[in-house]
Amino acid sequence: MAEVLRRAPAGTAAGTARRRPRRPRLHVAVFVAPFFLAFALFYLAPIGYAVHQSFFRLTSSGLGLSEPVLEFAGLGNYATALTSPAFAASVGRVLVFSLIEVPVMVVAALALALLLDSARARFRAFFRVSFFLPYGVPGVIASLLWGFLYVPQTSPLIDVLAAAGLPHDFLSPQTILLSIANIATWQFAGYNMLVLIAGLQAIPQELYEAARVDGASEARIAWHVKVPLVRAPLILITVFTLIGTLQLFVEPLVLKPLTTAITSDYTPNLAAYNQAFGQADIHLASAEATLIAVMAFVISLGFLRLVNGKGNRAW
Amino acid sequence: MVSVEAGGGRAGRRDRAGGAGGATTGPAHRVQPATVVVLALLFAAAVYFLLPVVWVLVAATKSTADLFGTFGLWSPRPQLGANLGRLFGTGDGLFGRWVLNSFLYAGLGALAATLLSAAAGYAMAKYPFRGREALFNLVLAGVLVPSTVLALPTYLIFSQAGLTGSFWSVLLPSVVSPFGVYLARIHAHAAIPDALLESARLDGAGEYRIFFRIGLKIMSPALVTIFLFQFIGVWNNYFLPLVMLSDQRLYPVTLGLALWNSQTFRDPAFFELTVTGAAVSALLLVLTMASLQRFWRAGLTAGSVKG
Repeated sequence: MAEVLRRAPAGTAAGTARRRPRRPRLHVAVFVAPFFLAFALFYLAPIGYAVHQSFFRLTSSGLGLSEPVLEFAGLGNYATALTSPAFAASVGRVLVFSLIEVPVMVVAALALALLLDSARARFRAFFRVSFFLPYGVPGVIASLLWGFLYVPQTSPLIDVLAAAGLPHDFLSPQTILLSIANIATWQFAGYNMLVLIAGLQAIPQELYEAARVDGASEARIAWHVKVPLVRAPLILITVFTLIGTLQLFVEPLVLKPLTTAITSDYTPNLAAYNQAFGQADIHLASAEATLIAVMAFVISLGFLRLVNGKGNRAW
Repeated sequence: MVSVEAGGGRAGRRDRAGGAGGATTGPAHRVQPATVVVLALLFAAAVYFLLPVVWVLVAATKSTADLFGTFGLWSPRPQLGANLGRLFGTGDGLFGRWVLNSFLYAGLGALAATLLSAAAGYAMAKYPFRGREALFNLVLAGVLVPSTVLALPTYLIFSQAGLTGSFWSVLLPSVVSPFGVYLARIHAHAAIPDALLESARLDGAGEYRIFFRIGLKIMSPALVTIFLFQFIGVWNNYFLPLVMLSDQRLYPVTLGLALWNSQTFRDPAFFELTVTGAAVSALLLVLTMASLQRFWRAGLTAGSVKG
């Protein structure tokens, strides 16, 4: 994706560069340094420290009477994490969650964007605001609200579903993952819809006019003209949804007291949090946090490579 | 709703065409079946997105007994005033403090992040220097690192430095926005002509003056977007304050409400507080967002610039 920018300034820079190789100048450093200083302190240093800690472990002698000693563990913590059935299960769980949530999210956002963008839509401003509004509700509060809607005592939803004789257990081991997916979709579908609408509005109107003159229906225009033209923003929202789903943390944490289906190591992030604060093992927690970061990074880069390999680049 | 008016600002050309009495459906004034289907789907989606919000607004007017004993979307004995009084009165105005803290963390963090991103993005767009692309690739990698992954390591390193538990431990990590630098660079590159900078230099303006007087002004649409993104990001961030803070008086509103929610098992009166607090804080941010909605467009388009 750096390609986007790397290519562009070359033309302007070449002219000046030929005159004299540019020396670093003070004002450039003054502009750039504050951000990179903060970036080094609050991004690079924590990551480096966590990686470093992940290679050590505390061992106490037999009876635990003497002080535990810090010793080099190599990849020991990684092996412990990856061979722990609970952690492996949590990784599997978020992967399944991604497989459900990413398509649901992309389809929902695209459907909403196309509906709103269709020539037949009315009251666009009202609908747009209604769909976008949940983005402003923090994850914790969204999970609290849906939590109340998932519990029979407070939920009007369950009253209605039960009266209609439909299944209405949102918190069983079989349905809990879908219930969490629903919270994520509710929060971010409207935002992703806006990203797509911004892309759709960049398309020249004449293109639609031409298609209409040729006798194409609105549905055909949507599928054959609009969808291919918002390919780049579609890829963008897919990657961000993918990264988001792998980080799953707040929703299960808030829903946990409501159901036994959510364990304290339900997702990798919850497991790492529990390892650090419940078990006070920051070394294993560091290894788990590193694994989560690597997993998110590899999967999102892999996806970008996959879609960029076919046809033109997205970003 | 208030938000409908606010939305009108960014409605754009096609809204006006659509709103002008069915201009796009041609001369036939009868509503076509396809239009009914589109509207029905849009309406169903609106019900879905609004349901939790309507529920919490209704629930905020109920007593704990009614919360559990009556239908969710109807409040037979509204007592909003009493609930609000209790919400802001509990623990010496703890809730008000949380809201204020959230505004401070999000507002100051986003302001600093916007300035840092603008300066770095501007310099990377407008001055060629050695190592520029390497640094930019580092920034792009940073975009893909979500804040949740960083929270735990940041806690570990802060606890080594003895910084945990302070206001700064939440504020300082919030001033970094790699996405902001990405956006600022794209925007500065596309929107600030080199000729303009050259002529300013010929007029004798220094580089700092050019940045503050010309650069920031031209970049302002992108800066608003960076600010909003970071504001929402910090406001919604839960993991970082969760691991950093132990003093309730420093909590942001998200952490505070989660704390109250966890106490409902001890004392059911906390249900009322949690629900009313959730309603107030949801409403607060929704109103902020709706009023700022027209600013979102510029940034969203900039973010999807094609390579």
